[in-house]
Amino acid sequence: MGKYKSHILVCAGTGCRASDCEGIVSNLESALEENNLNEDVQVVRTGCFGFCEKGPVVKMVPDNTFYVEVTPDDAGELVLEHLVKGRKVERLLYIDPDTKERISDSKHMGFYKKQYRIALRNCGFIDPENIDEYIARDGYAAMGKILESMTPEEATAIIKESGLRGRGGGGFPTGLKWEFTRKAQADKKYVVCNADEGDPGAFMDRSILEGDPHSVLEAMAICGFCIGADTGLIYIRAEYPLAINRLKTAINQAREYGLIGKDILGTGFNFDVEIRLGAGAFVCGEETALIHSMEGLRGEPTVKPPFPAEKGYNGKPTNVNNVETFANVPPIILKGSKWFSEIGTEKSKGTKVFALAGKVNNVGLIEVPMGISLREVIFDIGGGIKGGKKFKAVQTGGPSGGCLTEKHLDIPIDYENLLQCGSMMGSGGMIVMDEDDCMVSMAKFYLDFTVEESCGKCAPCRIGNKRLYEMLDKISLGKSTEEDLGMLRNLANVIKDTSLCGLGQTSPNPVLSTMDNFQEEYLAHVVDGKCPAGQCKALMHYIIDSHLCVGCTLCNRVCPVDAISGEKKTPHVIDSSICIKCGACLEKCKFGAISVQ
Amino acid sequence: MDIVKLTIDDKPVVVERGTTLLEAAKSIGINIPTLCYMKLEDLNFENKPGGCRVCVVEVEGRRNLAPACKTECSEGMVVHSHTVRVINARRTVMELILSDHPAECLTCAKSGNCDLQSMAQKLGIRELHYKGEQSRYKGDKSPAIIREMDKCIMCRRCETACNDVQTVGVLSAINRGFESVVAPAFEMDLDKSSCTYCGQCVAVCPTAALTERDSTWKVVEAIVNPQKTVIVQTAPAVRAALGEAFGMEPGTLVTGKMVAALKKLGFDYVFDTDFAADLTIMEEGAEILDRLSRHLNGDKEVKLPILTSCCPGWVKFFEHHFPEMIDIPSTAKSPQQMFGAIAKSYFAQQLKKKREDLVVVSVMPCLAKKYECTREEFQVNGDPDVNLSISTRELANLIRNANLDFGKLTDEDFDHPLGESTGASVIFGTTGGVIEAAIRSAYEMFTEKKLEKVDFLELRGMEGIRKATVDFDGLPINIGIAHGLGNARKLLEDIKAGKSEFHAIEIMACPGGCIGGGGQPYHHGDVEILKKRQKAIYAEDAGKPIRKSHENPYIQKLYKEFLGKPLSDKSHELLHTHYFDRKSKIEVNH
Repeated sequence: MGKYKSHILVCAGTGCRASDCEGIVSNLESALEENNLNEDVQVVRTGCFGFCEKGPVVKMVPDNTFYVEVTPDDAGELVLEHLVKGRKVERLLYIDPDTKERISDSKHMGFYKKQYRIALRNCGFIDPENIDEYIARDGYAAMGKILESMTPEEATAIIKESGLRGRGGGGFPTGLKWEFTRKAQADKKYVVCNADEGDPGAFMDRSILEGDPHSVLEAMAICGFCIGADTGLIYIRAEYPLAINRLKTAINQAREYGLIGKDILGTGFNFDVEIRLGAGAFVCGEETALIHSMEGLRGEPTVKPPFPAEKGYNGKPTNVNNVETFANVPPIILKGSKWFSEIGTEKSKGTKVFALAGKVNNVGLIEVPMGISLREVIFDIGGGIKGGKKFKAVQTGGPSGGCLTEKHLDIPIDYENLLQCGSMMGSGGMIVMDEDDCMVSMAKFYLDFTVEESCGKCAPCRIGNKRLYEMLDKISLGKSTEEDLGMLRNLANVIKDTSLCGLGQTSPNPVLSTMDNFQEEYLAHVVDGKCPAGQCKALMHYIIDSHLCVGCTLCNRVCPVDAISGEKKTPHVIDSSICIKCGACLEKCKFGAISVQ
Repeated sequence: MDIVKLTIDDKPVVVERGTTLLEAAKSIGINIPTLCYMKLEDLNFENKPGGCRVCVVEVEGRRNLAPACKTECSEGMVVHSHTVRVINARRTVMELILSDHPAECLTCAKSGNCDLQSMAQKLGIRELHYKGEQSRYKGDKSPAIIREMDKCIMCRRCETACNDVQTVGVLSAINRGFESVVAPAFEMDLDKSSCTYCGQCVAVCPTAALTERDSTWKVVEAIVNPQKTVIVQTAPAVRAALGEAFGMEPGTLVTGKMVAALKKLGFDYVFDTDFAADLTIMEEGAEILDRLSRHLNGDKEVKLPILTSCCPGWVKFFEHHFPEMIDIPSTAKSPQQMFGAIAKSYFAQQLKKKREDLVVVSVMPCLAKKYECTREEFQVNGDPDVNLSISTRELANLIRNANLDFGKLTDEDFDHPLGESTGASVIFGTTGGVIEAAIRSAYEMFTEKKLEKVDFLELRGMEGIRKATVDFDGLPINIGIAHGLGNARKLLEDIKAGKSEFHAIEIMACPGGCIGGGGQPYHHGDVEILKKRQKAIYAEDAGKPIRKSHENPYIQKLYKEFLGKPLSDKSHELLHTHYFDRKSKIEVNH
């Protein structure tokens, strides 16, 4: 960031790009030119800031003013007011929902206060397309340190001692995995980066690759050195074009600088990285399926053992780690295993990135220390439930995770605790639900996803999940019996117990956890024929209160299917056998006479 | 030996490291039920995707159930194969599989022979608790194989046969989840693909997802048609397996009963493909000698090794995969087609009938034969030399339909003149047999000496690729044998690379040769059945009074009266063929 006096950082993650951050950048640049500031101020496109709820985000450096919900039309004012006149543009500052005060520095915002950024350390700070900016923030220093002063055993030991565990979902100790692959005897080994992020709503890996691609390349090279591999492969879904482009740019720049390729830093260590595109199958996030997909085979898992560490890509020992896992590696090497292992809980060290979504005020990407409670995440960072509604549940771990409730809010988040509660860490999806969300519908939604994404190899996942979905559908239509609930539970347990890979072994979690935590809601559907959240259409009944209805006939006139009848000035009635539950009458009634039951 | 000790159902067991729980349990008499799993020892066929999950067992300390077929034993393991948890899981999974399977057992081609049906019985499934939508796929009727994929249970055995064993690569899983099914790429029909119709997919399919195209009723229609003279020929491997369909011990030779049954079914003439096999030896043997002599005389143009050409699956395989080598195999037609050509010329003349009035039916251990007889080059003015080809299984069905008590039939003999054969022709039914038969004759033709020892044990066996050198009176002749198209591919790659050491190579598409053909009674994964059939074939050979093709008096008569000599113009017209480059024939519509 050399000669410039100040910088304007504009978030250029996928989300903010969709909100025309490119328009902001070009308008900022022309405004700078108009004000003859283009020599002094540089506009930088960065990776994701995380605070997607309030995007596009623009940050002024060095004074750290954080502008939110900026539009291209605001660019002129930002330059003129903030840079020329030295006054903050108040209307673009974040307003604290509690104090109603405007906050200009992000570190005072609830959303950022409790975050601890290791994996996301550079996202939103550097231009991901400029290797110099990465290097300026200690980039490639960890690799340099290892290549110059350590043996593979010593470097692996640091990762092992740090307690870093796989961030893709399984939580397997990363150092141990490296050690297994290192010990495997072979003429060729591979380092694979799993960037096949497939959970609905999750974008942790994408944001890291878009915002800080070099951190992953550096970590892969470190891993290559540790395990004795000279080839790295990044398996990334083709639906991530921006991440792919930034990766390509990063790979080219790193090659140009001699930071990957032959004889890195003159140490004789060779390591190069290639990109492999996936066609977008959720199951290809499973490491054996991912490897088969890279080999040009059908993307379906095989039974482990053999583990990829013994027999992976092309039958050679292969170490597969997730993007976020890799992003943690360089800081651990630089700051030491002790530093890292002091963050988090006894068995889960460091931080975890979550994609916070659903009914919270602050939707976005967050990185928090392990051990933080769900309450802090949802209410402090997430800013509580939207519209002042009541918190009902939070789905962690993506589509195969479980649904946790009020009673779980104060449990420290780590791998073991989440499993114990019937959910899991997963890759870090976190979807918050409020009182209007029906738990049967929620389970159905996730099953719909796993049914689509099952590879079809094993019978319980291929057929069982389909049947689970069908049974949930039956419940939401009010056509089930209590006996069905017992069968539903048995089926869910058998699928978990017998499926071949992690997908099927976890896909019934949304069903089981909602059955455990919201049993009364299931019974309401099955026994009373009611959906307490009012989401299952088939169970909803529109009713006119004869005491409140004045017979204005307005509802009668708007009903598209003529389900409402009644004489003028006398109470009307809805024939529920005709009613399609469109809600038009409810919306039109001025007397509050129509309600849903 | 690296061993591990474990406990299965409270019984201690010691096995070699790498042994699966399934194998370990079997070694102490515990048969864990399996469905998708299939292993054919010695034939390079092992299907254990771990997909059906019927073989799950409980392993102490393990979170979920373990597939026994795929889980290796480890030291100190404590395994329970029939706890309530295991039985409930097995039954539930089985119910799930059945819930996505058409319940058409009463009319299904595989009823009584279906692995899914027997497993449902074994697990005592009496009710399906989980019903719902069933998957539906388009049907596919090729000349040889019918695909009815609604009945596919995704066991992937066909895929293993097609890809790993045969390296044909037509069948593989497509689509995801509930929609997933095994199909040719882009869901093209088999007849548009490079399928060889070897039928190994059918041979291993547990259900009726893959079956043969059934021609039994067409055969009946021909028999009852008074305008037609219906001639049947039976391939050597049929007699070694047909008895299994009637509960006889595998390896029981039923030649006489088979002939009796065919006569009772109403065929006008019951002949033997073996006769044509002897004829094949005459032509192919002559061709081998011709190429060999030219080679020995320094002819650089001559192509060696010569490859056998009696297997239609193999012919289609090289037409698709090695079209640049179509001038290497012998031009001799297969015995089925030689028989048809002779029946509709020489024998028609004897009967004083037009060829159109004859219907030639073949009974084959093979499904590719169904395709072979539809090939245009084997027709005269649209009239095929062989009209209908039925499998061993179809013949068994015909016999059952006709209410014949097969086991009690009195042996009868083939009709003359096309029913007489030698031991050499019988062994066409097993891997190594064709080349052994060829050597028996070629030796005498080449050396002009009598061959005393006719059994060439060095050419026999079940090894996928076998090599042997036969002494032609001082001249070493190098013989290669491959069965299974994957093994054939290896030998062909060597020829292509100019590394082949052989003078002659016998290739059979099916593992084991015709005894393991796609049209034989189902072996259900028991490779011993194939070995017993092979033994039966060699026993029939040993019992024959004449064991060299050129000594068959009816063959000698045929040449004298009709063909002249091997490789004559007449022979070329009737008994030889040519091959086609099929590489460009596969079109994919993007």
